[in-house]
Amino acid sequence: MADPMRIRAQAADGKATVRVLMSHEMETGQRKDAAGNTIPAWHIQQVSARWNGATVMNAQWGPAVAKNPYLQFAVKGAKAGDKISITWLDNRGDNRTDEAVVS
Amino acid sequence: MQTRREILSGSASVAAMLAATGLLPRLAHAQNVPGYKASAFESKSIADAMAALGVAMPSESTDIRVTAPDIAENGAVVPVGAATSLAGVKSILILVEKNPNVLAAMFDVSDAVEADFSTRVKMGQSSNVFAVALMGDGRSLFAQKDVKVTLGGCGG
Repeated sequence: MADPMRIRAQAADGKATVRVLMSHEMETGQRKDAAGNTIPAWHIQQVSARWNGATVMNAQWGPAVAKNPYLQFAVKGAKAGDKISITWLDNRGDNRTDEAVVS
Repeated sequence: MQTRREILSGSASVAAMLAATGLLPRLAHAQNVPGYKASAFESKSIADAMAALGVAMPSESTDIRVTAPDIAENGAVVPVGAATSLAGVKSILILVEKNPNVLAAMFDVSDAVEADFSTRVKMGQSSNVFAVALMGDGRSLFAQKDVKVTLGGCGG
């Protein structure tokens, strides 16, 4: 199981800005190790966000997203006390879900 | 005495058992998430990526905003944002023209989120970064920005 995400969600002006920092290697599949073998790609492929249980955003990522990915987006109408949860799935079948409360 | 054929079929069934119980290394079983648009993410050019997604080549628009630094010191971590104020956006894409695979990220926009995303991407070399908005009415619009990379992010 991967390390937890860090999620901050702050409400202002009728929307909540969500900032997420995930912990993932995001190996591209382009690099080679010391022996010259290609290191297989290992990256997050899908990220979804739920606002009080309802899915509001789905994203698909390629390996070009940087290591330990950062994501910022805004949920319209979310207010303090609402729950935002983020889920990611990677190409090795690993996944992680974390939740934060809008402040 | 076993024949070669028997040994081979025996080891194949052992491997199948191992796979069934999940004992084989997971590395060997890297699999795409269901619904993952692998062909689009493996595209080597923007035209290919658009074709793989089944959308028309985008036209430039001032309503799309791409935010990226003029000069990125470290290509491994380049902050990029894509946004638009237009209504009726279906998806927002971030593409890096000279990366081995051009499509970096695709965000599906729902009514509840703003069409404004920021993330960080890897860039192998100096390149144009594109933000593409796929509109609900079938149009696709883009904005681009040239980013100079001092140190590439794809080296090993």
